[in-house]
Formats: sequence, C-alpha cells, structure tokens
Amino acid sequence: MLDAIGVASVDELFSDVPDGVRLNRSLDLPAGRTEDEVYTHLAALAAKNVHADAEVSFLGAGMYDHYVPAIVDSIISRSEFITPYTPYQPEVSQGGLQVMFEYQTAIAELTGMDVSNASVYEGPSAMAAAAYLAKIETGRDHFIVSSAVHPQYRQTLATNAHGYGAEVIETSIGADGLTDAAALASAIDQRTAAVFVQNPNFFGGVEDLGALTEAAHEAGALVVCVADPLTLGVLAPPGDFGVDICVGEGQSLGNRLDYGGPSFGFFAVGKKLIRRMPGRIAGETTDVDGRRGWVLTLQTREQHIRREKATSNICTSQALNALAGMIYLSWLGRRGIVEIGELMLKRTAYAREKLAAVEGVEPLFDAPVFREFAVRLDAPVKTVLAELAVHGVNGGHPLGDDYPEHENGLLIAITERRSRKQIDRLAEGLAAAIATAKQTVGAEA
Amino acid sequence: MQAERAVTIFEKSHPGRRAAMLPPLDVPDRDPADLLPAAALRKRAARLPEIAEPEIVRHYNRISRRNFDLDSGFYPLGSCTMKHNPKLHERAAALPGFSRLHPLQPAERAQGALELMWNFEHALAEICGLPHVCLQPSAGSHGELAGLLLTRAYHEDRGEHRTKVLAPDTSHGTNPASVTMAGFETVKVATNERGGVDLDDLRAKAGEDVACLMLTNPNTLGLFDENIEEIASIMHDVGATLYYDGANLNAVMGISRPGDMGFDIVHVNLHKSFTQPHGGGGPGSGPIAVSDRIAPYLPVPRIVRDDDGRFELSTNEPKSIGRMRGFQGNFGVFVRSYAYICSLGAEGLKAASETAVLNANYMLARGREGRVGKYLPVQFDRTCKHEYVLSAAPAKRELSVKALDIAKRLLDYGYHPPTIYFPLLVDEAMMIEPTETETPETLDGFVEALEKILAEAERDPEFVQNAPYTTPVRRMDEAAAARNPVVTQDLDALS
Repeated sequence: MLDAIGVASVDELFSDVPDGVRLNRSLDLPAGRTEDEVYTHLAALAAKNVHADAEVSFLGAGMYDHYVPAIVDSIISRSEFITPYTPYQPEVSQGGLQVMFEYQTAIAELTGMDVSNASVYEGPSAMAAAAYLAKIETGRDHFIVSSAVHPQYRQTLATNAHGYGAEVIETSIGADGLTDAAALASAIDQRTAAVFVQNPNFFGGVEDLGALTEAAHEAGALVVCVADPLTLGVLAPPGDFGVDICVGEGQSLGNRLDYGGPSFGFFAVGKKLIRRMPGRIAGETTDVDGRRGWVLTLQTREQHIRREKATSNICTSQALNALAGMIYLSWLGRRGIVEIGELMLKRTAYAREKLAAVEGVEPLFDAPVFREFAVRLDAPVKTVLAELAVHGVNGGHPLGDDYPEHENGLLIAITERRSRKQIDRLAEGLAAAIATAKQTVGAEA
Repeated sequence: MQAERAVTIFEKSHPGRRAAMLPPLDVPDRDPADLLPAAALRKRAARLPEIAEPEIVRHYNRISRRNFDLDSGFYPLGSCTMKHNPKLHERAAALPGFSRLHPLQPAERAQGALELMWNFEHALAEICGLPHVCLQPSAGSHGELAGLLLTRAYHEDRGEHRTKVLAPDTSHGTNPASVTMAGFETVKVATNERGGVDLDDLRAKAGEDVACLMLTNPNTLGLFDENIEEIASIMHDVGATLYYDGANLNAVMGISRPGDMGFDIVHVNLHKSFTQPHGGGGPGSGPIAVSDRIAPYLPVPRIVRDDDGRFELSTNEPKSIGRMRGFQGNFGVFVRSYAYICSLGAEGLKAASETAVLNANYMLARGREGRVGKYLPVQFDRTCKHEYVLSAAPAKRELSVKALDIAKRLLDYGYHPPTIYFPLLVDEAMMIEPTETETPETLDGFVEALEKILAEAERDPEFVQNAPYTTPVRRMDEAAAARNPVVTQDLDALS
C-alpha cells in the first residue's frame, strides 16, 4: 500500500503535522486487552451497581421501570437497524425511513397533535428545543414555566435560554400540587413566547390543561406541554386542549433505564409549525417507477442545508431508540395502551391510600394523580430511604434537593411491574423505617 | 421481497389482535372517571396497531432488509467515520448492572457506573490533551452548543461582551447552526490554496468582538492545517477561545492532540471515532474536553471522587452553565466507547488512526489513475488524513454525469456512496472516508467500481443518470414530498 501511495513509511503520511503539535510519546492509557479481559472488567463494574432487578424500586421522576418485551431487543439488535447512518440515501434506507414514518404516526396519534418529528435527544432538551421554536415563531423572548414541571427540564431550558438572551420565569404551585393557574395567567404578557406545563406534572398531578392554555393563547403565546406517552391511553391527549407543541421523554416506551440514556425525546406540533420543527422528518412519496417510499423531507429547515439560518442544530438524534419505542407501541397495541394506563392509575390510587394510612406518612398534595405521587414523611427522608434499601426496597426519589420547602417529601412511582404485594411491602417497610428513624432521632436528642 | 410494495404496520392492523399480556388487576377496581376529572380522560381511542407478535417480528425484519448497513457492506461516508462496531460492546452495554440501572439511584449504589464514567472521562482527557471532561452532551452538535455556551460564560465572567464566532467556509453545517442557537453571529473565514485557513482573512476578522473560532483539524477536506500553531496564536492574542469540532478525531488519535494544538474546547463524537453504532440516526454522544480556563463553567452534574475513592455527582458548581439535558448523558454509549478504548489501548488507538490515514491515502492514490483521475480529480492534491474530497465537476462537464448520479450508481454496485455536495467549497464534491477497518481488497473494489461507472457514463450517460436499478426503490420524488408533506399515516382512511 505504501508503494502505491509513493511513501516509505506511514510516518511520512503525517509529515504535515508540525513538530510543535505532535504528541511524540504514547498516550498514557492502559495497554490493549483481549475481548474476554475487557468483558470481565466491565462486568465487574456493572456488578458494583444496584440495578432495578436487584431491589423493588419505586424510583421514577422521569425514567421508569417498565417491562421491555424481548422483541424490542431482538429487532433493534439487527445489523440492518443498528449499523446504518442517518438515511441520506433513501433508495437503500427504506427500512429506517418507514420506521420513522410509523413512529411519527404513532406519536401524533397518541399526543393528538398533527405531526411529529423522528425524535430528539431526550425529554429535557426536547422542551428546550420547543422553547427555541417558540422564540423564532413568535419573535418574543420570555418563557413562563410552571414549577410543577420536572426540575431537570426547567434547568435545561434555563441553560439554553441564557445563550440567546431569553428570560425564564417560573410560577408557583398551588396547595393541591397542581400549577397555580391564576399565577401562571398573571405572568403572561406581550413578551411571552411560550408557557410550559407538564401533564401529569412532576408530582404525578393531573393538570387542567384547558384552563392553562387559554390565557397563553389570548396573549399570542404558544403552549408547550410535556407529556408521558404511556399515560395517553387514558389521559386526554394534549392536542385536544389546543397545545401548540407536545414534547416528552420516550424512555417509558420500550427503552432501557441505562443510567439515564440513551433514550429518546419526542416532539410533536400543530400543522402550522411544521416548517420550524427541529430534527429529521420522514415523508411519503413515490419513486420514478411509481413505487411507494419515504424520504427525509423538509430538509430546508436543517443545519446541513441552512447552516446559520437553520431552525435547530440537531443532526444525529435517537433513531434506534425511537424504533424501540415504535416496536413497544405495536406490542402494546390499541388495547394495551389503555390497559397499562388504567392499571397504573388504579395502582397509584391504591398505593396513595395505602401509604396515607401508614403512621408518619401523609400525602403531600390532594390533586388527582397518575403513575406517581408525593408524600411527606414524619422523619428524615434520606435516613428512611437508607433503611428501606437495607431491606431491598428503593422507596423513591427524595424531593428536598429540588424543592427545599418539601424537605421530607418523597416521590413514589408506580408501573405495571409494581404489584400490590410490593406496594404493601413498601407500606410496611416505610412504617418500620420511619419508626426506627424517629427512635434514632429521639435517642440523639 | 425487497421490491414488494411497502405496507405500514398500521395497514397490517386487524381489530382484536394483540401481542402484550399485562399483569392482572390486583388492587380494587375503580372507574377512571372516579379517579380523574372527566375533562382529563381520553374520549377517542389512540389507534395504535392491533397485531400479534409474529407479525410484528416479520414486519420489522422484512423492512430492515430494505436498509443498507455497515455490517453488510462498505460505507465510505465522509465525515461520518463508519468503522466496524465491535459486537462485544452490545453485550457489555446490556449487562443489567448498566442497562437496568436507574439514573436517580443514589451514588453509593451506582459506584460502578460512576467509576466507568470517571475512567472514561480521564481517557478522553488524555486523548484530547485537555484536562477536564464532561460526558453530558448527546451528540456532536449538542457538544458544539455546550462549547459555545461555555465560551459565552467564560467571556461574561470576565466582563466581556463578544458577539462573533469565526468558522471556515468548509465547516460542518452544525457549526453555524449551533452558533445561532448560542446567540452569536457566524463570520465565515476563507480557505487558502492549500485547503487550510486563509491566515490573512483570519487576521482581518480576528478582533476583540470575536468570542471563538470553530475549527476541524484535519478539516472537512481531510487536510491537516499546517498553520495550526499560528491560527491558535492569532485567536489567543485577541482573547478568543478555540473550539475543535472532533468529527475528524479519527485521523489523529495518539498522534496529535487538540489541546496541544491550542484548542480550549473539543467535542468528541462517540458514534464516529469511538464505535457507537449509528443506529440509523442515533443514539450518539458528544462529550466535551476543556482547558483549565473553561473548566469552572462546565455543565452539571460533575463526577467527583473523594479521598476514599468514592464517587459522587456534584451540582455545587457556582459558575456552571447548568444542565444540557436530563440525567448524566447517554451512559449506554459511554459503556461501548469505554470498552473500545480498553480493547485498543494506547498503541491500538494510534494504530487505528494510522491505518485510517493509510487507507485513505491508498484509495486516493489508486484513484489518481484512469478515468477516476480524469473525471473525479482530487481538489487539493496533498497527502490527506482520514478522508479526501474529489470533485465530479469534470464528469459533469464532459460526461453529463453528476456526483449524485455516480453516488446512485454505486448503490447498484453494492456500496454506500460517499458524502456528496459537501464541503460546499468543492464543486460536485464527493467526500470519501474509508476508515481503518477495511481491507485493501475492499478499497480496490470501490475504486474499480468508480472506474466502471465512469466507463458506463462514457458509453451511455443516461444509463448512469437514471441509476439505481437494483435497490428496493429507485430515485424518489423528493420535491413532491416537500411540496405536500405526508408525514403521518391517515388513520381515518384505514378505519
């Protein structure tokens, strides 16, 4: 090969790299290892983690322990799906493009929106992307966000908004645990580009979306709703309330927990916003022989065509994770999406009542909840959680770091994998752990 | 089977069929209407497919065969580094200790994940020659946005208001798009006759209002900019930061490091140089490595290690730009890329880059002869790095066959085409990146295919203009798709 090139050594191919910027030593990294050695090393690291099969976990707050059917793993591990690049050559990418089209159809149907893109990174950055769309659509630069929206979504929005000089205004939560509609409405004015709510909200509360959208639309602002797709077999879709942009986290649809990623974000809008939507979109068309097929369409929105005038910088997103989501939705099907929603709804109601009866536990709020709910403990929450963990139960996510006013608040997530027996075990465990914690505190005092 | 008419899974739906069996109700039955307000309840069913498991499996397996994929064929897509995706990585990422780990699991019960991330951060820091790494960004363009927000925070902290970001006219489209999203204005820098940054133009544009220069080195022409030290000094003299678009890092691992070139911020595309499978458009991951002066502003959470060797996630970073996304980033991608670094080690990574450059130069040399040399000359005739850019302008002029036509005909020969019409600087550009995981026979085969296609074009240009012929579909009417977007299935028409 060197002869064909006309050089004497591989080093000669790097003669244009100036001496001053050459490393001229080995990288300070361990030597290469065999496949077996690397696997053993990684397996040892994995064994240091307590994963969701090693305890009964009520952790949620954005990602949930749902069962992922084996067909998801089987299909997404096919070389034909996992190893192609983005489908720039439609003639040899019909599989991936058709998946995008099916996925877009499913997301639009679930959310009640007109159109969906083919995925964005994950939930929080999806909301930030919605804000950017609202900014370029309205030409305004104020974002009004309910404090009942997931803290990480709000933080991600704030990071992004600072870049282009937009202001983020957070509004209060009512005593019932829902967005304070009056406070939200009074924060809206002619500078408001968009209003952001989540349903169910961070505390599992089911919001009155109709009331929340009205004031925003009167002021010419867009409404962005963060939704949990797995509740939408039971909950009215955001599109029914005139929401302009519906986004959210797709992990609950057939994706792994993966310590937080990769999953996917979904992004759906009303028709009038389609030409400002970020990300890939597959569109149906025909080939020269009249055969049905799909292409990446409306690419004049995108960075590789429009550069600094693009509506977003997104390029690689989460195609394989969206495929997992589509397989999962096909598996669940028209009836399954309702059944899983109702099961979660009924178990959430059961769990909230069961826990409310435990000495030292009371519901934090009284609004209707779905799949998640918050309680207040009459003991230091982290001490109680540590005690529960000893008994193989992960009691949920403590609220104090994000909501200092709820220092001993605890967010508990329910999925179809959390049985009545396990909920009862949580109730018993909490009773014992709270009693122990109070004794300890008493003894220390 | 490939040429059969496409049918969607919604069209295969049949009332009453299903796949999922859910757990039975084990708590008191309640009417949803008693638990939720009436207005909150869905009134019209979500029309998801009704289909049994065997049919779901067949559906997706059949349509998968209408994809070209890296495991089946050569994929010399310039700037995308389509190297082999080792299968060990999928097995490792699927370990329940990783794949079933909840992101909010308290740090004391996620020590293995944090240790992996810590080790991985340090490996990337060494490869980039910059001491601090944040793994959070989700892809290259997300890393760019993070880097520009860091640049903004750095200047703001010094009380400076800078509005412009310089980027060469050869840069990736994500660069200027990210600049706009970070609230800056892009100023293009010209390319010189050697394919590098035009230093006079750079000097003229480098002023106190410039926040940053974004550069890829080797650049998108596959050329190493020999003036990199001078470029860095021009930018540092005006107080700007230097951003390295790591899309082309595969050319220089273990040979030359962005930090040593003078860059402050680098993003690394784990789905390029570090073997994360591209998944048909993601997931990827775009960690950033930064210099000391940028470190205080890095996104949170940060991984910290205490004196006892215990890892924690810290959000207590007062100057941080904040959070770029949910949780800790695309951890599953970190597992794969970390496994890759462990497998190759220091020498292996260097050998990978050397072989990538050897392969590209070999293909370039093979293509200097014959019809390829005549109709598809290389634009800047130098030693290239991991990729090179041909111009099909002579083919267009003399044979009436464009870069697009040649790309489409390559599909009939069983190859994925190169990146075409990028960089914009080169007329009828064809950007070829073979990667290190291809054999000389494969590289020869590709050059021979180009030669044959050009011979076909000499005989019958129309034949090439109408390619492809053997693919699941032929050329698509993209204009019609954009004019009248059909982006969801009309479910009303099915019911």
